[in-house]
Amino acid sequence: MSYLKEFTKGLVKENPTLVTLLGMCPTLAITTMASNAIGMGAAATFVLICSNVAISLLKKFIPKQVRLPSYIVVIAGFVTLISLILQAFVPAVYDALGIYLPLITVNCIILGRAEMFASKNNVAASALDGAGMGIGFTLALLAVGSIREIFGSGTWFGLPLIPEAAQEAIKPMTIFVLPAGGFFVLGCVIALVNKIANRKPPEATGCAACPNRESCISVEKTEKNLKNTEKEDNK
Amino acid sequence: MELAKSMMMILLTGILTDNFVLSKFLGICPFLGVSKTSSGSLGMGCAVTAVMILATAVTYPLYYLFLVPMGLEYLNTILFILIIAMLVQLIEMVLKKYIPTLYKSLGVYLPLITTNCAVLGVTLLNLEGYSFLESIVNSLGAGLGFMVAMLIFSGVRGRLERCNVPKAFAGMPITLVAASIVSLSFVGFGGLVDGLFGGA
Repeated sequence: MSYLKEFTKGLVKENPTLVTLLGMCPTLAITTMASNAIGMGAAATFVLICSNVAISLLKKFIPKQVRLPSYIVVIAGFVTLISLILQAFVPAVYDALGIYLPLITVNCIILGRAEMFASKNNVAASALDGAGMGIGFTLALLAVGSIREIFGSGTWFGLPLIPEAAQEAIKPMTIFVLPAGGFFVLGCVIALVNKIANRKPPEATGCAACPNRESCISVEKTEKNLKNTEKEDNK
Repeated sequence: MELAKSMMMILLTGILTDNFVLSKFLGICPFLGVSKTSSGSLGMGCAVTAVMILATAVTYPLYYLFLVPMGLEYLNTILFILIIAMLVQLIEMVLKKYIPTLYKSLGVYLPLITTNCAVLGVTLLNLEGYSFLESIVNSLGAGLGFMVAMLIFSGVRGRLERCNVPKAFAGMPITLVAASIVSLSFVGFGGLVDGLFGGA
């Protein structure tokens, strides 16, 4: 039962994109079309499962001080692997994802799961956690991608939704495909999830899962200290 | 003259029309995370710009002098991320030892940059047909663009803090909607660079 929970928690309750707010860059960048969302989601899920399994297996051998660089190298290895596979077998997806495919390496979801979960749990649980998180990420991408494609281009997975006769009257709203539309749709989808879940909205990006949390907190502390000293200087 | 013109074009394109944050969606995490105050935005922007230029100066020659002759182009992601992580550590150590005042103001932002996709992104994008000088200028433009976007957005966020927003939108959703409007204003720069320099 508990294994099932490791899988399902990533789908809705701890959805990496919509609830813990990780991995924003690919979510915004490639969701102009629903089919891109599937490609990106599948690639990220593959890397998540593989890196979670590898890191879970290696957790006893990686010294604590150099764990983050080690995780990044493991992740970068799998990203290179999936890029080569996609380039060979599905070149259309490879071209559509472009620069964002190698950038899966620095996707905070993957590093976050390695740090938060795989380095503390056994292989089976880590693999299921990776699969759940990956599918949750794909679902979120698909939701944002579908909204943007339907409103922005009038198509879904490339299929035209507006009937031939009405094409003169109904024009798709190009703004949804522009970068501005990406920010807007993602903001609205997160607000909708908040409304449905009726919970306190997250204040900022998912700090709890972020490997950089400590340095980020130190940033805020330093800023506060700076402000305090400034106030004292003014006095 | 011709050289200066093309350099200016690359620089302005990076800052205004093809802004890294607002049109390429690279470096969104720090853009949303550290842009609460203008001082934080400035510090982060400076640190990112410096690391981008240094990382390009190291990775570009390595790619063309080492990876290409050996036929190992596909290893670029692994090599670049390691070099960026190393560079960030190195800069941190050097600053701490020799320029402690600068370290005090910028040092805290440096560890955040290792996993910043804008830095890895710019080093990878520079491989797409830029010369060495052009890629350095492109990195400078990308870094400055990042800083400009952060600074503008920190101002917007300052106003947003004092607004009464619907409960479901409070926090991150309204920040994203505000970012969408800022991004929309950058659409207005489209065609500006071509207009200034008489077309590419």
